[in-house]
Amino acid sequence: MTALHPPASALASGRALGPIDGMTALDSHQIVDLFRVIARRLAEARAELGALDGAIGDADHGNSMADGFAAVVRASAEAATRGSDVGDLFVVAGRSFLNAVGATTGPLYASALLRAGQRFAGQKTLAIADLPDLLAAFAAGISDRGKARPGDKTMMDVWGPAARAAEQPGPPRDRMARALRAAEDGRDATRTMVASVGRAARLGERSLGHVDPGAASAVIVIAALQEGLAHHLAQDRP
Amino acid sequence: MQRFINNPDDLVDETVAGFVKAHRDLVHLDPANPRVVVSNAAPQPGRVGIVTGGGSGHEPAFIGYAGRNMVDAVAVGELFSSPTAKSFADAIRAADGGAGVAVLYGNYAGDNMNVKMAARMVAKDGIEVATVVANDDVCSAPAAERAKRRGVAGEIFMWKIGGAKAAQGAPLSEVQAAAQKAIDACRSVGVGLGPCTLPGVGHPNFQIEPGTMEVGIGHHGEPGTRVEALKTASEVADDMLRIVMEDHALPPGSEVAVLVSGLGATPVNELYVLYDRIEAGLTAKGMTVHKALVGNYFTSLEMVGATLTVMALDGELKALLDLETASPAL
Repeated sequence: MTALHPPASALASGRALGPIDGMTALDSHQIVDLFRVIARRLAEARAELGALDGAIGDADHGNSMADGFAAVVRASAEAATRGSDVGDLFVVAGRSFLNAVGATTGPLYASALLRAGQRFAGQKTLAIADLPDLLAAFAAGISDRGKARPGDKTMMDVWGPAARAAEQPGPPRDRMARALRAAEDGRDATRTMVASVGRAARLGERSLGHVDPGAASAVIVIAALQEGLAHHLAQDRP
Repeated sequence: MQRFINNPDDLVDETVAGFVKAHRDLVHLDPANPRVVVSNAAPQPGRVGIVTGGGSGHEPAFIGYAGRNMVDAVAVGELFSSPTAKSFADAIRAADGGAGVAVLYGNYAGDNMNVKMAARMVAKDGIEVATVVANDDVCSAPAAERAKRRGVAGEIFMWKIGGAKAAQGAPLSEVQAAAQKAIDACRSVGVGLGPCTLPGVGHPNFQIEPGTMEVGIGHHGEPGTRVEALKTASEVADDMLRIVMEDHALPPGSEVAVLVSGLGATPVNELYVLYDRIEAGLTAKGMTVHKALVGNYFTSLEMVGATLTVMALDGELKALLDLETASPAL
């Protein structure tokens, strides 16, 4: 896992950012750092997600998510080095995820990342105040592609509540923390749901009692975003 | 069950590697993508290309149907898991002879999404794509919600008809229409007697208790419409035929093609036992079997059980079905 290392500071990204800028916005390199945190946490959860998926699916969800975000890190790091802006970076990330992962996971996260690319198109930086919008963009991209409704026992039972929780006003850190709590509640709620779309729908009632692996990995992604943000804010605090 | 496995993570790649070696007279790997199997006859300039794809573990589907006058390129997914959009896109590119490409695939969430995204990817290359989504599995949704039904072994007839139509030089819209007509003429049902295990999982993802059978089971162990005591072969065959024909509502005198496929671990002789009774039942209903396929045509790892597919034929479908073809599985 040489591609995965702790989030780099603005300095390590080779960029001179003033303390004010660093506090309020992320540049492309710093977004790659966020991807690195996601990829690292998913890699750590590879076996755990595989076991969850093994209960009601084909046990490959841990591999799909970890390999997908590893591909995102590789492609986006290269794009950031080439000078891609934030919008382009998310587009590159989405395409790399799509090329790496099949099943429904590939198109769904690719659509999430591509939607973020649209939302932040042409921006040199992503304002930290807009970071909760990233959750909304992910949720919208996944929802439009997958068409899952609340209660279908999918990743949308995490992304939907998380995006809504992040919309409530407040400091970005608080909004992300609320989003994470909503995400965890959503994940836990999937245990009592019967899958009606996606692969687990093949099992019908047999899916009852199991946490949806897509919901579990969505929580990991959201937790990693929050972790990356906290790390960033701590580093840039004067 | 004991298995011939190295590392479960390598199973798909090793399957494809062995497959293209064994059938090098008919197929090869796409040099640009090791998850795309291409017919040696493809692409044919000026002819519509035929593409399919799906999860692995159903061998000889999907790769076995790549060949002359059949499927031009097949996207290969992980076990029971849709191929990537990139693999579908690369398969479309490999099949493209300049007259457009028909992607004929089964109705599953992942395949639907990845094919849709692949079509968008190749649109940039100027390749026109038409799709037909197989939904022949009767028990997967009521007749009123036919669009929700999954695709199963009827896909083989869809590929055969689509491939034959393309071989005759028909334009994309006609190839699409013929493939659609073929799958619309198909009804399938599965009966499961024992589950299958994904090697990476290590335990069956569902159970079928000894002495019972699951009627209407899907190709990945999707629950059927009922679990009941295991019956004799003749009773099971009668049940399967009744389920298929009640949904079909064919007039007496119809000509049909019949496919009885094992799900992986059922001995082939038992499939002939089922077929004997099925053909007798069709004859009793005044139907004529024009063509029968009996064997392991579309499996689900080592699931025990069988599927029955009945395709209603007219003159066009009959002629296309009879057009000679050469692929590893048909």
